[in-house]
Amino acid sequence: MKRNTFSARAALTAAGMSAALALASCGGGDNGNGNGGDADGSDLSITFIPKNLGNPYFDTSNSGGEDAVNEFDASFSEVGPQEDTPDGQVQYINTAAQQGEDAIVISGSDPSAPCDALNEAREVGVAVVTFDSDTNSDCRDVFVNQADAQGIAQTQVDLVAEQIGGEGQIAILSASANATNQNHWIELMEEELEANHPDIELVEIAYGDDDDQRSFDQTAALLQTHSDLDAIVSPTTVGIAAAARYISDSAYAGEVLVTGLGTPNQMREYVEDGTVEAFALWNPEDLGYLAAWAAHALATGEIDGEEGDTFEAGRLGEYTVGADGEILLGDPFVFDAENIDEFDF
Amino acid sequence: MSSTVTRSETEAPAVQNVTLGDDAPRTYRHYHRPWWFRAFMTTEFLIIALLALVWIWANISVDNFSGPLTVRYLLLDIAPLMMIALPMTLIIITGQIDLSVASIMGLSSVVVGIAHVEWGLSLPAAGALAILVGIACGAFNGFFVAYVKLPSLAVTIGTLALFRGLAVGLLGTTALTDFDPDWTSLATASIGESRVPLVVVPVVVLILIFVILLHFTPFGRGLYDIGHNDLTARFSGVNVARSQMITFILSGAVSAFAGIYYTLRFGNSRGDNAMGLELEVIAAVLLGGVLIFGGRGALHGVIAGVLLIGVISSALRLEGVTVNVINIIIGVLLIASVMTPQIVAGLQRWRPKKGKVTP
Repeated sequence: MKRNTFSARAALTAAGMSAALALASCGGGDNGNGNGGDADGSDLSITFIPKNLGNPYFDTSNSGGEDAVNEFDASFSEVGPQEDTPDGQVQYINTAAQQGEDAIVISGSDPSAPCDALNEAREVGVAVVTFDSDTNSDCRDVFVNQADAQGIAQTQVDLVAEQIGGEGQIAILSASANATNQNHWIELMEEELEANHPDIELVEIAYGDDDDQRSFDQTAALLQTHSDLDAIVSPTTVGIAAAARYISDSAYAGEVLVTGLGTPNQMREYVEDGTVEAFALWNPEDLGYLAAWAAHALATGEIDGEEGDTFEAGRLGEYTVGADGEILLGDPFVFDAENIDEFDF
Repeated sequence: MSSTVTRSETEAPAVQNVTLGDDAPRTYRHYHRPWWFRAFMTTEFLIIALLALVWIWANISVDNFSGPLTVRYLLLDIAPLMMIALPMTLIIITGQIDLSVASIMGLSSVVVGIAHVEWGLSLPAAGALAILVGIACGAFNGFFVAYVKLPSLAVTIGTLALFRGLAVGLLGTTALTDFDPDWTSLATASIGESRVPLVVVPVVVLILIFVILLHFTPFGRGLYDIGHNDLTARFSGVNVARSQMITFILSGAVSAFAGIYYTLRFGNSRGDNAMGLELEVIAAVLLGGVLIFGGRGALHGVIAGVLLIGVISSALRLEGVTVNVINIIIGVLLIASVMTPQIVAGLQRWRPKKGKVTP
């Protein structure tokens, strides 16, 4: 009898397994859904895949994208993972490929992890636009770049020079000492200061490691070491918020200005209390808007993503694809007391 | 051997009064239900039936589900889940649990990345090293569970953090992506001209190994005994500690292998890879009808459980349902599946009232 139940279970296991596997392997291969490149703007469908859902930055950029999609009368959808993990976007890219979307507009969580999935999507005729954060250039058609290094450096130097009246002492509060982006920007800022603002002295570059507490402490140290300091420039969102928080609560409020790269929600109260006159970042709404138009241009065949291709991007005007498939949004956007209330990210 | 015992018992006059009135005296359970009823009214077959229903529903009413890409993506997605669900089934059948599997995957991903990209080892060598690390992780868990007799829940919660910490500590927040493209394309390659990904081959091999191990060897039978009661298992000749040790080592090795696959599929070695996958694995195993308290379960149910999670997620994503809602549905299914063994047992006990036997 033991043998009885044993063989019954064996038969059962085998049957179950083959049933399960047969189920998994059938079903492929029938109708290939072919709604590839539509010629005109209508009937296009465009999927936005942010790094994660519920992120105010991407809510803002995707609403810009949706505006553009409505302008050229296509269908817009936004999907994505709950959390920003390197592989979380892959399933959503796969789904868009299955659905035969005309274009994916994605901010890559990782330069390489979504690559295979994006290339498979491109093979079945989906145009791929990256924005905000690029993937490897061989797995997308174009990258909509929010700002180039030169523009970021230039804007920050212009801001601080204007705020301190063209002369005085400034310090930079950066991220970590080996942060590639920040170091590149600081180098360009130093060149710009030397060339056009000889009366501004850069007294120290401090590193807050993109850690709130450390940036806060570094701000205190800067202020104690350099008693004649006029402004702190922080090209990182963590640093600028920590520096502004320290100064707004200290005796230096009103004496030492803070500027750099920040987000409106972080900086709102410091703009209101005067610690910060103005700071810069790109406008994510415009970024999403431009990315959607780029997707439109690719999906309709207006451009191939080659260098020198030009396309119309609604209210933003005409754009040209640059080297390596990059489309540059423009100079950073300056936020000040006048306009900060229009933004929520 | 047990049949001899039975025969001698049936011949003993004292047992005669236990017979159930049929022609022949019998001491084993008298099955009231026909064989097909016993075979199909099980939790496993309910899950398989549900899988079939969901599959048919998705093919009919979900746009693009019947498209050519679905099966390919489905299998690529569930491959790591399927692999790890196999040793996890063994562990849960013994009444234990292994929460550290996803952390072992992360550690394996980092090890294979460092060995291949930074030290320049060939990928098979780096992979072998990662599997050795996985075996060591499994043995570490197994030692504390089997020989120190600590509860596996506590041990593997500890190692969940420990192995993840090691993985993130080794690489920091950086990622290694410079893998040999031949190997990364192999991870997503298809078998011949078909759309079935190549990874199905190792998955099927692993399934066969684990089915034989669990259902056709004394070792596997021993795991059920341990799950029922480890003391009686010991007295009936099962080497409890060694069996537990083996299940955890298997879990470590398979998780490491899944970690290598994961790394190659995404071309990306990171400490935070596969974060949280352990819960999906455990959900799939329980959904497949394995009793969380141990002692009951079968691999065909688990395989159906994994496929069911894959098909539901894939179909609902195509419908544009957000991941939160998908998780709610899978959560509800999970609770329902934990309850079904009781419902099924009730059904199996239920018997129609017999007409009174006239004397």
